[in-house]
Amino acid sequence: MSEVHAHTVAFVRTSEIPASPPPVAEAGAVKWIKDNLISGPFNTIMTILGILVVAYLLAGLIPWIANGTWTGADIRECREILQGSGGGCFAVIAERWPQLLFGFQYPDYLRWRPTLAFVLLFLAVPPALFVMFLPRWTLIVTAIYPFVAYWLIWGGTILSPIVAAVGFLVGYLVFTKVEKRGFVQGLAAGIVAAVAVWWIGGVIAEEFSRVGALEVVESRALGGFMLNLILGVVCVSLSIPLGIVLALGRQSKLPIVKGFCVVFIEFVRGVPLITLLFVANVVLAYFFPPNSNPDLIIRVIIMITMFSSAYIAEVIRGGLAALPKGQYEAGDSLGLDYPQSMRLIILPQALKISIPGIVNVAVGLFKDTTLVSVISMFDLVGMIRGPILSSTDWTGVYWELWAAACVLFFIVCYGISQYSQWLERQLRTDHR
Amino acid sequence: MNKSVLFGTLAFAGLAAAGASAATLDDVKARGTLNCGVTTGVPGFAEPDSDGVWQGFDVAVCRAVAAAVLGDSDAVTFVPTTGKTRFTSLASGEIDMLARNTTWTFSRDTDLKFDFTGVNYYDGQGFMVPTDLGVASATELDGATVCIQTGTTTELNLADYFRINGMSYEPVPIETGAEAVQQFLAGACDVYTTDRSALAAQRAGFENPDNYMLLPEVVSKEPLGPLVRHGDSEWFDIVKWTLYALIAAEEYGVTQANVEELASAPGDNPEVNRLLGTEGELGAMMGVSNSWAKDAIAAVGNFGEIFDTTIGESTAIGLARGLNAQYTDGGLMYAPPFR
Amino acid sequence: MTTMTDPPKAEGFRIGQLINDTRYRSYTFQFIAIVALIFAFSWLAYNASQNEQLQANGFSYEFMSAPAGYDINQQPISYDSQDTHLRATVIGAINTLIVAFLACVTATVFGVIAGVLRLSNNWIISKLMAVYVEIFRNIPVLIWIIIIFTVAANTFPPMSEFRLPRDGSDPTRTLLFGMFAATNQGVYVPRLTLGDTGWIVIATFLASIAGVFGMRSFARKKLYDEGKVVPVLWPSIAILIVPAVLMQFILGSPLGVENPEMGRFSFDGGILLRPSLIALWFALSIYTGAFIAENVRAGILAISRGQSEAAAALGLRPGRIMSLVVLPQALRVIIPPLISQYLNITKNTSLAIAVGYMDLTATLGGITLNQTGRALECILLLMLFYLTFSLIISAVMNVYNNSVALKER
Repeated sequence: MSEVHAHTVAFVRTSEIPASPPPVAEAGAVKWIKDNLISGPFNTIMTILGILVVAYLLAGLIPWIANGTWTGADIRECREILQGSGGGCFAVIAERWPQLLFGFQYPDYLRWRPTLAFVLLFLAVPPALFVMFLPRWTLIVTAIYPFVAYWLIWGGTILSPIVAAVGFLVGYLVFTKVEKRGFVQGLAAGIVAAVAVWWIGGVIAEEFSRVGALEVVESRALGGFMLNLILGVVCVSLSIPLGIVLALGRQSKLPIVKGFCVVFIEFVRGVPLITLLFVANVVLAYFFPPNSNPDLIIRVIIMITMFSSAYIAEVIRGGLAALPKGQYEAGDSLGLDYPQSMRLIILPQALKISIPGIVNVAVGLFKDTTLVSVISMFDLVGMIRGPILSSTDWTGVYWELWAAACVLFFIVCYGISQYSQWLERQLRTDHR
Repeated sequence: MNKSVLFGTLAFAGLAAAGASAATLDDVKARGTLNCGVTTGVPGFAEPDSDGVWQGFDVAVCRAVAAAVLGDSDAVTFVPTTGKTRFTSLASGEIDMLARNTTWTFSRDTDLKFDFTGVNYYDGQGFMVPTDLGVASATELDGATVCIQTGTTTELNLADYFRINGMSYEPVPIETGAEAVQQFLAGACDVYTTDRSALAAQRAGFENPDNYMLLPEVVSKEPLGPLVRHGDSEWFDIVKWTLYALIAAEEYGVTQANVEELASAPGDNPEVNRLLGTEGELGAMMGVSNSWAKDAIAAVGNFGEIFDTTIGESTAIGLARGLNAQYTDGGLMYAPPFR
Repeated sequence: MTTMTDPPKAEGFRIGQLINDTRYRSYTFQFIAIVALIFAFSWLAYNASQNEQLQANGFSYEFMSAPAGYDINQQPISYDSQDTHLRATVIGAINTLIVAFLACVTATVFGVIAGVLRLSNNWIISKLMAVYVEIFRNIPVLIWIIIIFTVAANTFPPMSEFRLPRDGSDPTRTLLFGMFAATNQGVYVPRLTLGDTGWIVIATFLASIAGVFGMRSFARKKLYDEGKVVPVLWPSIAILIVPAVLMQFILGSPLGVENPEMGRFSFDGGILLRPSLIALWFALSIYTGAFIAENVRAGILAISRGQSEAAAALGLRPGRIMSLVVLPQALRVIIPPLISQYLNITKNTSLAIAVGYMDLTATLGGITLNQTGRALECILLLMLFYLTFSLIISAVMNVYNNSVALKER
């Protein structure tokens, strides 16, 4: 049949026709535009509106940035250079950059110290966050970092951070030794050992205060974006352990412990941070022994840590609640006691679930550190609102300064949140 | 860093247990620095310069006290305070003295339990308006929008003044002086009111000072002076007499330039001799070194010199002495005898 | 030889049992916790009692009944400087609630719009919304408040341009439609004035609203029971407007509008929206709106695609799919985070202090505290106020949440 067919038909194609490209209107950019921008009258209107908004914003922004000047010693010189071209006077950022970053009191020849501490932060953080990718020994870097950073930023003898670190180390070693007899005994012994080391070490550090001494910088001298970063990092890292304790306390079966944790968490979450800062600023000093006068920054750290620990406790409680009941029962059936099952089974999983939430709290908290400007601390916002805008050199240059503040905060916060999303994706893979 | 702060807190707790309530003078000596509360920035009175060093009229008082007590005018930690925090900072012991344009009032002296150590600037509340507002007197301000700095006696005086004169106004409360000025310059309020000295100081910094004028009315008495906590009379005496020493030095012609020479040997004015410690033991009576006044004057100059270099007519702020001249020149500055 | 160990003999009580025996352990820990708490609080109380300032002043709220002495610009209830601190505090609290309410409403509107549009097919719009959300979420709200306050003071036309020049010429600017004016001292809008019989008009209007709801449920019943489509839109509008307008005419216009009029320095009459209120309101709305947008987006994405495909298969148009099928289900996911955003707004109104809006923090925690020096009392009361607000809001919203929650069998 086929032969007949072949003979009756004049032409038989023996090869396939190559696929021809789709019609112009159904492919490439044209189709994309048709589908995504002008698929209907409403959509078209929205597209036009959107383009108008973008055009309006760019028309304002581009000349401001392009015509801006980065030189000039004060606002008058700046105005002369600009000649009314509509550009921004970015000279203020150039001139006050160190003040924006470090405040106006941190000695300028010592600025390398906080800068170094900041750079080291990037060495110290990864081991804690990439536990699953990096060898465990790198965690030592993380553990050492706080003490090095303290020494770099505040200066003084290197002995005090060493003593503090040794105290923690001894406490931990004693804890691991005694822990076999029971978690509580271990904890108590560890604390006693650590306190003893601190007490003895404190006396020694006092004696040899010259050893490895860097020039002391007072807490009051801290300012600018550095202060925001310090407050953010210190308070978040302090509040994570506190938050874990509060979350466990809230789930506890002991009514008094539970009651205290519930009241504490709900109280702190029910009041604005600014009232807590007022407490730090004007009330807390009453509750310290007369003449002990802890620095304002320490009082602020205490209150912000309390604040964020309540929020982190709620995040971790969510993580604890999300674990299947079987995990708790598994711990019990293995004969683990409460501290063991928490440490070995429950918390590692619960914390893993809570990481995105904790990062959200951390970003929120970092943004909230700007509130300290209200209680006359000179963080980035405080520097702009106070010394820089009130100086006669730069009166009336607000857009440029606030834009700089926005950019700094955006970079850090956006960076952290993008990172946390990435981390979430990484963690999700091993659930598959 | 975090754990070290905890450690620091622990250390504080330990310290606290050791140190019972001691006198302010002992605290200052032990610490080696004076904690002095100042404003967050009023040009001429207290303001960090571009190097972050505090300068100004009130700052000089702090430095003088530090020089008198510790012999070093740089041994001062300046604590910027706002209207809200200044009294609690002093009450809680965070600062040893407050030199911050604070008005001496009855209730602050008695109810808030502070002691004013004297007056370093006699001031009064005034009003500043743009000239094109067309107002010549504060009595024409009915219905105006007024920028005020909150937390000061200013807002109470303002409320009283407008109520007594049967006028209404729209208050725009603002936290810091700098922001109040910013709002005023932008035209967000018609009138800016605060102490006349501060008005003059801020007007001097404007781009076009001539477009703004001070109204003639002075609506309050504002004796500004340093203050200390109630109940520590030794410390109160030291701050008080350091201030008087500066005032007396001007009266007797002791200046920063000639104080070393005058203090090297007793001169023919016994009052100067006692002041500078070449005769008698005035310093010892207060528990400080005998050269206390000499140190203070050598560090910051006498009252007139401080005035001239920080806020006087030769500076950008350009305040006349007025009430703040020596009593011999028709002012109110009058130091009790050093005897 | 015994293969089984005997049960432990009932020994005497040993100290170690306090820690090792589960029967006693919880009591031990609670006892330790109580002792630690008592110790901590008494340490704090002892320190406070040692403070000379506190000793001298004592702890009392008597100052609340003393005249406040300061003026407040935004007065929802009448007030002058001779009224008590208590009244000033109450005004502050009302002002807090006003701005919190306004910001919650607009933040929800912004958030829902941005959240829905971010999922739009339109590339430009979805990217624009993504940029909006990321920019506003990642910059502190305090900076936004200050920026908008600065914008209000510096880009709105100055009040002086509205004033009648003294030489008798016309002012540079006049009221928009004779009703509105945006100046750098605030935005003026007309005020509704209520004549003697004005309440009748308002009551009529409220009755009309009830009528519209009644009509809608009637129409729905008709649709479900008999399959008849009763027109709803135009009749509702008519019911809403006609009776009230009629009543207004019959009673001789008791409901009037008071327009702002130029006085010596600024406008008299009308309602003044101060820059501080605008800054706080707007900044909180767009900032929190960005967070709500993310919640809305997450809520919509949580609804399985099958739902909207099923709706599309039934022949619903995209708008109706969203409003009838997706949003009602997404609401259950959206509401819990929305509640916490409302709480955040309420707490963030305390940032009013940065721009001088006279809220609770500025009156009680600001001027009253400064003028009386009663820090402990003022801040304690301030926290209690906010705590009460928070608890009430979360209670109310939880009741609502329970009412929309999925009713499971």
